[in-house]
Amino acid sequence: MIEFQYVRASNVADAVRLLASDPAAKFVAGGTNLIDLMKMDVERPTKVVDITALPLKQIEGTPGGGLRIGALVRNTDLAYHPLVEQRYPVLASAVMAGASQQLRNMASTGGNLLQRTRCHYFYDVVMPCNKREPGSGCSAIGGHNRMHAILGASDACIATHPSDMCVALAMLGAKVHVTGASGERVIVFADFHRLPGDTPQRDSNLGEDEIITAVELPPQGFAANYTYLKVRDRLSYAFALVSVAVGLELDGDTIKEGRFALGGVAHKPWRDPQAEAALPGQPANAATFARAADVLLRDARGYEHNSFKIDLARRCIVRALTQAARGTPQSQSSKKIM
Amino acid sequence: MVPVNLTINGTRHALMLDPRSTLLDVLREHLNLTGTKKGCDQGQCGACTMLLDGRRINSCLTFAVMHEGAQITTIEGLAKNGTLHPLQQAFIDHDAFQCGYCTPGQICSAVGLITEGRARSADEIRELMSGNICRCGAYPNIVAAIQQAMVRS
Repeated sequence: MIEFQYVRASNVADAVRLLASDPAAKFVAGGTNLIDLMKMDVERPTKVVDITALPLKQIEGTPGGGLRIGALVRNTDLAYHPLVEQRYPVLASAVMAGASQQLRNMASTGGNLLQRTRCHYFYDVVMPCNKREPGSGCSAIGGHNRMHAILGASDACIATHPSDMCVALAMLGAKVHVTGASGERVIVFADFHRLPGDTPQRDSNLGEDEIITAVELPPQGFAANYTYLKVRDRLSYAFALVSVAVGLELDGDTIKEGRFALGGVAHKPWRDPQAEAALPGQPANAATFARAADVLLRDARGYEHNSFKIDLARRCIVRALTQAARGTPQSQSSKKIM
Repeated sequence: MVPVNLTINGTRHALMLDPRSTLLDVLREHLNLTGTKKGCDQGQCGACTMLLDGRRINSCLTFAVMHEGAQITTIEGLAKNGTLHPLQQAFIDHDAFQCGYCTPGQICSAVGLITEGRARSADEIRELMSGNICRCGAYPNIVAAIQQAMVRS
């Protein structure tokens, strides 16, 4: 790890000023991803701004009936908050599906959005990687790419976004509140993360001088018919091969509204309005769900080691929509997939 | 160098630290508290688990200077007046280790687990202990030990 200057920010304006004053500065909150990357020399900030003292640790209702989650709320505090458990159980479930309890006790909400890919070539500084070193090439294309993207990838990068929490936030249609040198703005979740294109070094549309202050959930939480289904190489404490967050509104056996987002398949949580359009007015059965899955996967492309993910994703979508329709969400402790 | 005050197992330490020092390295290299083990040093194995303000964390993935005023409990701080913590006793009763390298992290993690109060079934214990790897494979006995301590706490 290279040497850095350590400074503590006392408020949001102070944090933004400290970040804007130094292009090589980074914020640290939970540190569970940044410090790991600094040890590997993947991240090399010369100034580290500790933002853990900022007043961004509250979870509170919004006037419109939604929920505002401060950017520094720890993952466990989010998953175990009564309002999250009752009104947004898909979010609680997704948070508990990721990492370990030790990591969830440190990791912050804002940091979860900003975690970097787990592509092994990104972590291995002796290998080419366009995300780490733009223009150096992509080692995963033609390399070990079992964990990599099947949707929205580019010739420059086939990395995936590793978050579980973000898959649920995408499905719920969250908004990201940010503050920068030029003031505050709100980014809808679908526009927060980017596809790699020819600039895979940029994971998100957060500005260089901006800080996430909160994530806002809309009122609709799909608490009756939801699931977070995650399929991975180990039963726990592993990144998703494919995951699916689902929220359904049913009228008897007919779907009024259906949403689903996928993790582990793209550079961002993958949600497709065209695929969701195949659900309303249809019977909540496997045939309907398979049609929606086919729409979502219409442009899916596999590489040497991950083509299995296309079939896996199709089956996970059908299974997850079925779990949600039956009101039997996936348990994150019992590993049986019903 | 950055000044920081840490309270570890009830004793206050005023330290001057390179900000790169992880909490784990400060415990082991500066304070000679070597009960907390370094395994992967990447947050993947759980050997370095200790309690920060009562919550279990990986001490390898946090800078010590970020914890001014924090209360830290390590494996050395669990026994009281010569009496083992119920989890330490339960690990002995159930032979819940072989080589022992992961054991301090397993026990600190289990202390955090019981404080959280979220695990009831064996499935839930296994899931919430998944951040602690045991290469000897003592998992069945570790779960049994935690169950014993949960019943008695």
